[in-house]
Amino acid sequence: MNMVNLKINNKSVTVPEGTSILHAAKETGITIPNLCYHPDQEVKANCRVCVVEVEGARTLQASCATAVSEGMVVRTNTKKVRDARKVVIELLLANHDMNCPSCSKNNHCGLQEIAANLGVRESRFENVLEEQEIDDSSPSIVRNQNKCIKCGRCIQMCNQVQGLAILDYIGRSDQAEVKPAFGWYLADVACVACGQCSVVCPVAAITEKEDIEEVWEAINDPSKTVIVQTAPAVRVSLGEEFGMDPGEIVTGKLVSSLRTLGFDKVFDTDFTADLTIIEEGHELLQRIKEGGTLPMLTSCSPGWINFIEQYYPELLPHLSTCKSPQQMFGALAKGYYAEKIGKNPEDIFSVSIMPCTAKKYEADRDEMSIDGENPDVDVVLTTRELAKMLRQAGVDFDKLEKEEYDAPFGLSTGAAVIFGATGGVMEAALRTVYEVVTGKTLEALDFKAVRGLEGIKEAEVDLDGTKVKVAVAHSLSNARKVMQLIKSGEAEYAFIEIMCCPGGCIGGGGQPFGGTDELRLKRIEAIYKADGDLPIRKSHENPAIKQLYDEFLEEPLGEKSHHLLHTHYKNRKHT
Amino acid sequence: MNELTYKLLTRNFNDCCPVNLDDYIESGGYSSLQKALAMDGTDIINEIKDSGLKGRGGAAFPTGLKMEAVKLAEGNPKYLICNADEGEPGNFKDRKLMENDPHQIIEGMIICAYATGIRFGYLFIRGEYAKSRKTMENALEEARSGGYLGDNILDTGFDFDIEIYTGAGSYVCGEEFALLVTIEGKSGRATYKPPFPTTMGLYDKPTQINNVETFCTIPHIIEMGGKGFSELGTESSKGTKLVCLSGNVKKPGLYEVPFGVSVRQIIFDIGGGVPNNRPIKMVQLGGASGPVIPENMLDVKLDFEDMKKQGLTFGSGAVIVMDERVDVLDILKRIVEFFHHESCGKCTPCREGLTQLLIILDRFIEGTASNQDLELMKILMDTMTQASICGLGQAAPTAVMKVLEFFPDEFESRINTLESAAV
Repeated sequence: MNMVNLKINNKSVTVPEGTSILHAAKETGITIPNLCYHPDQEVKANCRVCVVEVEGARTLQASCATAVSEGMVVRTNTKKVRDARKVVIELLLANHDMNCPSCSKNNHCGLQEIAANLGVRESRFENVLEEQEIDDSSPSIVRNQNKCIKCGRCIQMCNQVQGLAILDYIGRSDQAEVKPAFGWYLADVACVACGQCSVVCPVAAITEKEDIEEVWEAINDPSKTVIVQTAPAVRVSLGEEFGMDPGEIVTGKLVSSLRTLGFDKVFDTDFTADLTIIEEGHELLQRIKEGGTLPMLTSCSPGWINFIEQYYPELLPHLSTCKSPQQMFGALAKGYYAEKIGKNPEDIFSVSIMPCTAKKYEADRDEMSIDGENPDVDVVLTTRELAKMLRQAGVDFDKLEKEEYDAPFGLSTGAAVIFGATGGVMEAALRTVYEVVTGKTLEALDFKAVRGLEGIKEAEVDLDGTKVKVAVAHSLSNARKVMQLIKSGEAEYAFIEIMCCPGGCIGGGGQPFGGTDELRLKRIEAIYKADGDLPIRKSHENPAIKQLYDEFLEEPLGEKSHHLLHTHYKNRKHT
Repeated sequence: MNELTYKLLTRNFNDCCPVNLDDYIESGGYSSLQKALAMDGTDIINEIKDSGLKGRGGAAFPTGLKMEAVKLAEGNPKYLICNADEGEPGNFKDRKLMENDPHQIIEGMIICAYATGIRFGYLFIRGEYAKSRKTMENALEEARSGGYLGDNILDTGFDFDIEIYTGAGSYVCGEEFALLVTIEGKSGRATYKPPFPTTMGLYDKPTQINNVETFCTIPHIIEMGGKGFSELGTESSKGTKLVCLSGNVKKPGLYEVPFGVSVRQIIFDIGGGVPNNRPIKMVQLGGASGPVIPENMLDVKLDFEDMKKQGLTFGSGAVIVMDERVDVLDILKRIVEFFHHESCGKCTPCREGLTQLLIILDRFIEGTASNQDLELMKILMDTMTQASICGLGQAAPTAVMKVLEFFPDEFESRINTLESAAV
């Protein structure tokens, strides 16, 4: 690699050719403020906050977009630079809803942080914001045009990672806006509610729909038994909200924090992840044996379900009929647990903590109600919302003692926790399917071929002589490629795992802000560490699952399973 | 006409109808192409380098260097683009060139394509120029049937053709990157550079993009030889320049002059001066994005060096004369409104800055501006000039800045006038 020598603020630095000034400055201990730049995205260079002085250049240069060159002389903190950055920030503030204290991103806002760092106390410009209606038509995400700074991060996420192009620039000049085509509501376009836009938004222009108050109300209602389930991915990311390193496993603190908030029972979605493996594994074997539709596609990611229903409804027969672990849990909570503790289902208030915004949509679906009236999962909170609740309650997360989940939905295996990472459902399924089919003990539990951030992964498994090909895809642009393979008859797989979000659920739209691959890899590492740390690592060896079948469900794919744990899908293609 | 004007690019102009293929050939047209096709591409580029030709679109980048960069750039195919998206208020030279002598443009484009090894050409014509488009379509068809365009041009084995692309009338699409993405089917917005189009242009391939007038000059350079051409004009500025004279002047119109004539000569000796001999208040050079100068600077020469020395540019060649009757702030407001309307809205300084600049200008016009407004306006314009992503935002405040420099009283006299009137 060719190295380039340059000077930044009179400090010599040597960096590889092609490095941006922004990154080179970091090497010298200088963080250049920026808003539109995102490490995993194409350079946009439109916010103009990161400008620097480059000797010999006619104008200030955007440090995100300017590569270093030999002998370059850069200054990042001259009066000219400071003045320009300040004016740029003031211009943004002058067209921005400035109610910062009541903003859902207060203290988590890129614009606010830079304004504070640059010493901008007020905008010298007249506020020209033309207030617009807030689009809260989606059950999952809220779009607030009054906060948008037009940086385009959400557009790139939606277009390039998810391949959907729900959001784009419309209009020109000061009428330029980021919106769905024709300014339509999110609920009226083929948005999948994945919330990836909200993860990369530096301000509060796109956020999750907040449902915290409903949960407080239930907790304060003495007639309700409020139970909560926590998704696998939440335990490796919640710590970030409280200043811990990405990838720190906080399962025990998560449990105790929820008890502190007043939840009556704290359960684990991992339990129903194990259950999903039993049901889905048997469904796969049944399809293979009886000549059912193959390849079978996983069904636990609601953003992905929204995608296939709206974009590839002709492939719906490929979808596993299994509900997602969240909804299996919800159905069991109201259809099994209520009876077990002698309560009416409507007196159970079931909350889930999810890394996901699309889960809010999923819980809202008509078919996700076993009595046809009350939802099986009453409220879905994202990881970010849980952090907000904890802050509201003044919980010092770091100081909490570790606690254990409650029975009967508290015991789970390593196979369940890896649901949180791309490839995890596949790996968990293979651990079980292998042993069910061959009757032999699987010695090597790690299916490394399906792990990691590669977009589409393939593996072949030898089930005692029968070779089975499987594939794993994450993010919807990759899902689309796999769907095209199925349509063209080129997908010679028996089973395909698809996760809507990049990296799987650990990269979900409800996770702490940032959404970089660096962060995702750390969370993934933590997921596999959590798997390795558990005494049981195969779903079918979970004694609580065995007990559930003995006591209640009787057999996989049986009558009760069919009623509670399986579902159907709709053609929702936009015409 | 006048001994100050010169007929090179405009020599076939007849003010009636476009020169057809036969007449063009009759007047010596396409002989430069034949000469070029017998040359080596590098030799052609060397002639153009020797000629000292600088781009006529406003940025004045040496054309020969640009061609060399495209020729040496890695990537295939390469593209040639003629920028005929003439949207700068005050300019009409490209339209005249297209509507009078279309083959001159085509010949220039073919020579460049041959020299740099390009097979695909685009002619990007401003949306409002329906007549230009029609003329160019006919000329391209004529050139094809005459064997000058298409496969195996003049039996030399060289293939090249030109496709017309029409914009929707957006000013910013004259900016080269906005123009390129428009051809790609995207909405016309500027982007950062480098990389420049010479290495990463249309469809991320090496692209030579030049102004209509630049291409029109190429056949003459081949005809006269680089050295011969360079004898025209001045030390820093070679050849002739088309000047679009408009405003309060007796004989507005398009004139071709050798470099080196002064703005005063253009207005008075060529344009006949101001009607009723009214004194000149100011003259804007280049178009809406250009500087304004007071009467006492009119001796500045049409010369890159002389202009630069005085902190001026002449862009693509407009000269807009405004006599003493104009309200300077009203003119500025119209100019800023134009850029506000045409901003693509991508980068903060331009999108938000122009809105704010209009607000502040209005305060001066209404008499409510304060001293702080003057300071704020200055720092805002500095930021726009320094931090905007493309030339539009960078140049939009030029006229206002020059008024502040040359006519400071226009602003200072209007500070708080409403209040003092009330007192």
